[in-house]
Amino acid sequence: MAGMTRRDFVKAGAKGMALAAVPLIFKVDPLRAFTTPPGEKAQLTDYYTHFGVDESKIKEVMAAALSRGGDYCDLYFQHSLGSVIVLEDNIVSRASTSVDFGVGIRVVEGQQTGYSFTEEITPEAMKKAARTAANIAGESGNQPPLALSYHETPNYYPIETPWEEVGIDQKIPLLQKINDQVVAMDSRVVKSQVYFLDGSKHILVANSEGRAVCDYQPSARIIARCTAEQNGRKERGGFDLAGRRGIEFFTPRNIDRLASETVRRTVSLFEAAMPEGGEMEVVLAAGSSGILLHEAIGHGMEADFNRKGTSIFADKIGKKVAEPFVSIVDSGTDENIRGSINVDDECNDSQVTHLVQDGVLTTYLHDRMSAQHYGVAPTGNGRRQSFRYPPLPRMRNTYMLPGPHTKDETIASVKKGIYCESFSNGQVDIGAGDFTFYVKSGNLIEDGKLTRPVKDVNLIGNGPDCLTKVVMVADDFELAEGGWTCGKGGQSVPVSLGLPTIKVSSITVGGVAK
Amino acid sequence: MTNKERTDLARWAVKEALSAGAQDAAVDIANWRTIEVEYRDGSLDNLKESVQNSLDVAVYVDNRYSSHTTNDLRRDGLKKFVAEAVALTKYLGEDPHRGLPDPIYYEDRETKDLRIVDDAYDSITSDQRVKTALEIEARARKLSDEIISCTGWYEDTLAESVRVTSNGFEGTRRSTSFGSGLQVTVKDESGGRPRDWRWGQVRLHQDLLRADDMAKGAVAGALAKRGQAKISSGSYDMVVENRAASKLIGSLTGPMSARSIQQKSSFLEGKTGQKIASEKLTIIDDPFIEFGLGSRLYDGEGMSTRKRVMVDKGVLQAYYINCYYGRKLNMTPNSGGKTNTVYTYGTHSLDELVGMMKKGILVTGFIGGNSNATTGDYSFGIVGMYVEDGKIIKPVNEMNISGNLGELFGRLTEVGNDPYAWSSNRRPSLYFKDIDFAGL
Repeated sequence: MAGMTRRDFVKAGAKGMALAAVPLIFKVDPLRAFTTPPGEKAQLTDYYTHFGVDESKIKEVMAAALSRGGDYCDLYFQHSLGSVIVLEDNIVSRASTSVDFGVGIRVVEGQQTGYSFTEEITPEAMKKAARTAANIAGESGNQPPLALSYHETPNYYPIETPWEEVGIDQKIPLLQKINDQVVAMDSRVVKSQVYFLDGSKHILVANSEGRAVCDYQPSARIIARCTAEQNGRKERGGFDLAGRRGIEFFTPRNIDRLASETVRRTVSLFEAAMPEGGEMEVVLAAGSSGILLHEAIGHGMEADFNRKGTSIFADKIGKKVAEPFVSIVDSGTDENIRGSINVDDECNDSQVTHLVQDGVLTTYLHDRMSAQHYGVAPTGNGRRQSFRYPPLPRMRNTYMLPGPHTKDETIASVKKGIYCESFSNGQVDIGAGDFTFYVKSGNLIEDGKLTRPVKDVNLIGNGPDCLTKVVMVADDFELAEGGWTCGKGGQSVPVSLGLPTIKVSSITVGGVAK
Repeated sequence: MTNKERTDLARWAVKEALSAGAQDAAVDIANWRTIEVEYRDGSLDNLKESVQNSLDVAVYVDNRYSSHTTNDLRRDGLKKFVAEAVALTKYLGEDPHRGLPDPIYYEDRETKDLRIVDDAYDSITSDQRVKTALEIEARARKLSDEIISCTGWYEDTLAESVRVTSNGFEGTRRSTSFGSGLQVTVKDESGGRPRDWRWGQVRLHQDLLRADDMAKGAVAGALAKRGQAKISSGSYDMVVENRAASKLIGSLTGPMSARSIQQKSSFLEGKTGQKIASEKLTIIDDPFIEFGLGSRLYDGEGMSTRKRVMVDKGVLQAYYINCYYGRKLNMTPNSGGKTNTVYTYGTHSLDELVGMMKKGILVTGFIGGNSNATTGDYSFGIVGMYVEDGKIIKPVNEMNISGNLGELFGRLTEVGNDPYAWSSNRRPSLYFKDIDFAGL
């Protein structure tokens, strides 16, 4: 059991309400609270107590879920808490909190999925939902497992204090400090906004193979934005830091960076213009440029699209797709990184999965269903937004490993092109392979040197084609620091991405006419 | 729970907030019942049924404000939840602009029946739902041997909600919606696996898109994309098909929110009464359309809705103004939300608009890209068809259009006669003159 000590977890229950210095909105039936010695790790039994269930109740629900003969079922219990605080016009005058509580029940038969959920965790409500999900299956019944065994997982996101114990009075001064600095740094700043978002998610997952897991997943993010005005022209920019972090992550240095990067990125836009459009060489800065991988290859490697034959990568496993110095992984194990997971949402271990190794396409990203379809081990990519959704193969932290070149020689090798530094969003068409990502800021490269700043251009390419055009990979790998969220099938999950500085020999850049 | 019971619970929660020390409070309680069915490649793929609840409480304590959401509607827990909400709010900054709407904005609520509930909802059976998805998928699969995968789906939702405030507002809403759709992926010798889709949402079950029309449209659309490739960069006329046009319209209407204006993140600040588009563009927000997906008698704050002209023949008339930012801007609030967005439509069909292009691109979809609300700059990826002398020549993709929204909408030379009926944004197809495309 990871993340929280047993004492923390129990405190986070009903008792936490009384212990906290500042009121914290939290939902737990007071009857479920109990006492345990401080410092002890939370156990599966603590989770059972938290959700008001036990092994025999879970097995009864599983029996209902498999009553029409499904091959497999799982129960996903979730209790999550979110908080958002907003500073605007120099005042923290908006706060919102949310609590979400429920259980999702999935029945799988072959490649078919039946799904239902209930927000009421009572034996009756759960069995009713289970019978609804069971409708996907045929006729004769199956049996639940004889016993559930607890599958222990490592902790890739240790934090000092769970977010439910951090009062709003600890967060507000951080926002005010960032705002004060943003406003003071440059007289051109006319508006500043700062957002503090944090959340705690407790999950308990049990499946009909007899495995039970539990996890505490913290998340935190501060976003700073400002508008600056110069000679009647307005520009807006920002910076954010995110991860599976505790409040200790927001050190004086990180608070300072949030303010100074926000102002720097905004006022530099006064010098920037849209470049000329067309095909050209593109250098991607280390870090959040990893959005290229997420869109160009990551989604296309999610095995559900391949299982259905709809991905452009469907027949490319084992084939050379890139230069030998290109290796790409999807990892769930990076410490305190936003896309990390201790265990996936269907009880499988998290891992580092190699999508491309030395230029050769190696492994898809699997959930349980696609792993069974392909007859391989799951890769721990079965993720879901909440108990309201069945899991799908999803990315975690997707990045390219360092290569043989340097950043300087990569930039110096470009005669005419653009250097891309910050990004806002991307998209991909899985079948056609077309992918895009939107560049918020960067520079032109002329004769091997960074020159005039550029902004607001969309880059568009074809995934497999673009991979073959990655001609240089530098040794300066960085993970993105900001809060990336990936959407698929109506579900959002937190992810991260990363890249060393790389050069793509040709890509279509949006821009003004020549 | 019925809406009557929800109203009782909301009244009780408002009282609880006041007795915990709030001067004002608003409570929203909502419930959705949704069933979704997916049929893929000849078999049932997904079946999902769900009921969900939410209760939002907004509290105002000494000019301070916060809002809180839970899905646990039991009174014993809620009592504590509301008390905690009030206690937490005391830690926030004082802001004189925070507060419930002035009750004058609750007055004169329209009483018309918007006809957004289908009485047939209760009689729809599970078998019928599965059969609808099956039929869409089967019709499509029959149409071509080139299909790799196709998925047909069906969903329906019954939504109910109530709102109660401490300064006299009470409202209840009930609506049904039905959706069905199809996605088709086909083989392509040139390497890709092009796909196309049709999808529509409606208020009445009987108005669902016909399976045949969806099948023909999506299969033909996917097949037409085979061999797609980028073409030379340059200036082309552009027709944007109505189903894709919301991306461009949304880039223009997003910066019309009072928050964007007040926070100085809108290129439309100070532009009311000025031309922001060609005279072909008139945008109206109409909350009272029968069967409309955006139809409502009151907005999220309880303000009675009114028909609003947002853009009249290219001239910006109004912003979307909620109470908070209205107070900050010293502007009269007119509702921060959108209802149904309708337009002054033209006389030409999509085919006729395409026929009018000498050298142009019919955009059938946008991929990625974004716009900068503060400056109006945009850059979007496109997929579509290259057109010469009014005839479709070949499929194109992997190209971008870029520029400034003010300039783009200045080049709007025609709008179609074809409102997109499957969304609350009933945009027509749009014809733009001389747009920069980046490709080869």
